[in-house]
Amino acid sequence: MFNKFLAAGAAVATLVTAASAAYAGKDLDAIRARGAINCGVGIGTAGFMLADSQGKWKGLSVDVCRAVAAALFGDAEKVKYQPLTSQQRFTALQSGEVDMVMGNATYTLTRDTALGLDFTGVFYYDGQSFLVPKALGVKSAKELNGATVCVAPGTTTELNLADYFRANKMTFKPVVIEKVDEIRAAFFAGRCDVYTTDASSLAATRAANVPPPRSFDDFVILPEIISKEPLGPVVRHGDNQFADIVRWALYAMIEAEEYGITSKNVDEMLKSDNPVIKRILGVTPGMGKALGVDEKWVYNIVKQVGNYGESFDRNVGKDSPLKIERGLNKLWSQGGLQYAPPIR
Amino acid sequence: MTDMPVGERRQLAPPVDDSGVLGWIRRNLFSSWANGLTTIVLVLAMGWVLSWFLEWAVFTANFTASTGAECRGQGACWALIREKYRYIFFGSFPYEQHWRPLFAVIAMLAMLILSADRRMWNWRLIVIWGVGSFVTFLLMFGQLHLPLSLVLFIAMVVGASGMSLRKGIGSPTEILAYRVAAAVGLVGLVLRIVGVLPGWSLAIAPLPYVETGLWGGIPVTIILATYGLAFAFPYGILLALGRRSNLPLIKGLCVGFIELIRGVPLISLLIMASVMLPLFLPSGVTFDKFLRAQVAVILFAGAYIAEIIRGGLQSLPKGQFEAADAMGLNYVQKTGLIILPQALRVVIPPLINTFIGFFKDTSLVLIIGIFDFLNTANQALVDPNWAGFPGEVYLFAAFVYFIFCYSMSRYSKYLEYELNKGTRR
Repeated sequence: MFNKFLAAGAAVATLVTAASAAYAGKDLDAIRARGAINCGVGIGTAGFMLADSQGKWKGLSVDVCRAVAAALFGDAEKVKYQPLTSQQRFTALQSGEVDMVMGNATYTLTRDTALGLDFTGVFYYDGQSFLVPKALGVKSAKELNGATVCVAPGTTTELNLADYFRANKMTFKPVVIEKVDEIRAAFFAGRCDVYTTDASSLAATRAANVPPPRSFDDFVILPEIISKEPLGPVVRHGDNQFADIVRWALYAMIEAEEYGITSKNVDEMLKSDNPVIKRILGVTPGMGKALGVDEKWVYNIVKQVGNYGESFDRNVGKDSPLKIERGLNKLWSQGGLQYAPPIR
Repeated sequence: MTDMPVGERRQLAPPVDDSGVLGWIRRNLFSSWANGLTTIVLVLAMGWVLSWFLEWAVFTANFTASTGAECRGQGACWALIREKYRYIFFGSFPYEQHWRPLFAVIAMLAMLILSADRRMWNWRLIVIWGVGSFVTFLLMFGQLHLPLSLVLFIAMVVGASGMSLRKGIGSPTEILAYRVAAAVGLVGLVLRIVGVLPGWSLAIAPLPYVETGLWGGIPVTIILATYGLAFAFPYGILLALGRRSNLPLIKGLCVGFIELIRGVPLISLLIMASVMLPLFLPSGVTFDKFLRAQVAVILFAGAYIAEIIRGGLQSLPKGQFEAADAMGLNYVQKTGLIILPQALRVVIPPLINTFIGFFKDTSLVLIIGIFDFLNTANQALVDPNWAGFPGEVYLFAAFVYFIFCYSMSRYSKYLEYELNKGTRR
């Protein structure tokens, strides 16, 4: 209640005093007045968004919210997390309950247009793949004719699976199970030959759920990716400046990795002679003003959240239990798809 | 007839001892050889299951591992519970402030236990719930803001109920006090709505503010169930009375509402409250998600309670109503002083049964992203460092639920005994 009064008061004050900032949209004004971003996150996905033992939200998706807060407020902790189910997430965004959604939503045309939402980039290129026991001796998804496949119902996963098998003139027997835990149990108990879902989730399953005596190495993820699942931050139509900040907060993380700026060396990098790094870190001013945030916005993001590679390794990559390969999520310069337009 | 010599008596074997432990066992477990065999087989089976369970849960269990990997291939991984119990109990509430939800839970339990005592069933109940709720929400939110309109509303309700209940009973000064309270409340509210009175609120802010999005675990479960039922109870009484009303409009509305709510599952109400409702509101206007879920639970519980109470009302003999009419009591007095006290006495055990049901049903809020006790337990399973031990976590959750539900069920049993003292032979 009190916060609302404060917010209302501050919003009025902003309107009266800052007529020059009139280009700022109402969402951004409300966020500034509130002093924190309302970030909608999904309900518990290992490595992407999950409350740890102390109840703090952590993960790759969560880091994008934190980067936006770091750019806007200079403090990555100024985020209020709202757990949302996949049914709720877009409604919550449309109704203004949250300012952005990091719910591992796949970027598609209808979501980007008809729902009144905007995807501002891709923070993770995911795609549907297949997990099989090594003992099956299968090297490619093309050899799966007649296989029994464990799959979750009512998702695009199920449709992609059917499409893929039909396109390749193969047959399969689906074992449809609703809960992830139960699918995994069924797969490891041998009720199906193949488990199919997004590759990131398969990697998580392989890393943490293989029951002894078998281990990580007894299972392989087949190389075929049969669907495109680009996951991106979502904002609502109507406030382009806020959308810009969300877009460039993510680009800044990727750009920082490309120029070798990490949370550890960012202070030394301030003294760099490289004009690009000088621009990125705000030593040469201009970028922050253009975006409508503090000139040290990238410095704050990298210092408090880290660059894209650091966040990836820490949450889902080699330093995490999931051990997901960078794969498509490598920088463009290393053969991946992560490509940020230049900050200039 | 017998060829036994006179003066001698046949020696009979002593009767089989069927008292004491041995006697009980012999009579109940080994009364025939078939029963004896069944007993032996069942005891062996139970022993086998129990030893297997103890082997898993105690003897080979791991209580000290620091990651899930160390637990693999052994018995139960209780180290997981040790690592996660604070999250499971209190969710994302700021870690260093966990004492707040802890004391809030204690306050709510104290409130429930005190109201379980029959000696408290009078004005004391209002005091207990007022103080208990104030402490609970002060601890959970950290800051409370009592708006002027709430104070005015309470004044109006107290005044109006006093006026109708004490009509012709209270002294003239008492009635005047009720009238003043009701008038002040009503006029104040109207002025506040029109906008003459400003939106004052009394701020009590000793602790940092924690929004409901961070609440989780057992306090959420208890708050949703307790306040769901606490508000649904008076609401259900009104619905039940309305359903028996002679006025067709009121009766129709109440019947329609009750049947509508009873005709849909709780999940659909929760989804309506969390997904549909925001779309109907003007853009930018949002209600707290937790409040929406709470209101959905209240509406749902209200319809069920109304039907239970209607059962109680119907069990009263017609003479009670007629006697009250003959004494010249008005409708409010008749209902409040004669009918409800008797009707409610009959329905208290089924009400507690409903409460037990709702205590568990609140875990459905997980489908709208509220982290109640079962959902925080679920979240603990997702952590990749500790993945793969669902059995331990669900057993733990089941154990906690059992403690709550079993104590409520015992209380219900005790209450049934207490309340029926007058009619038992």
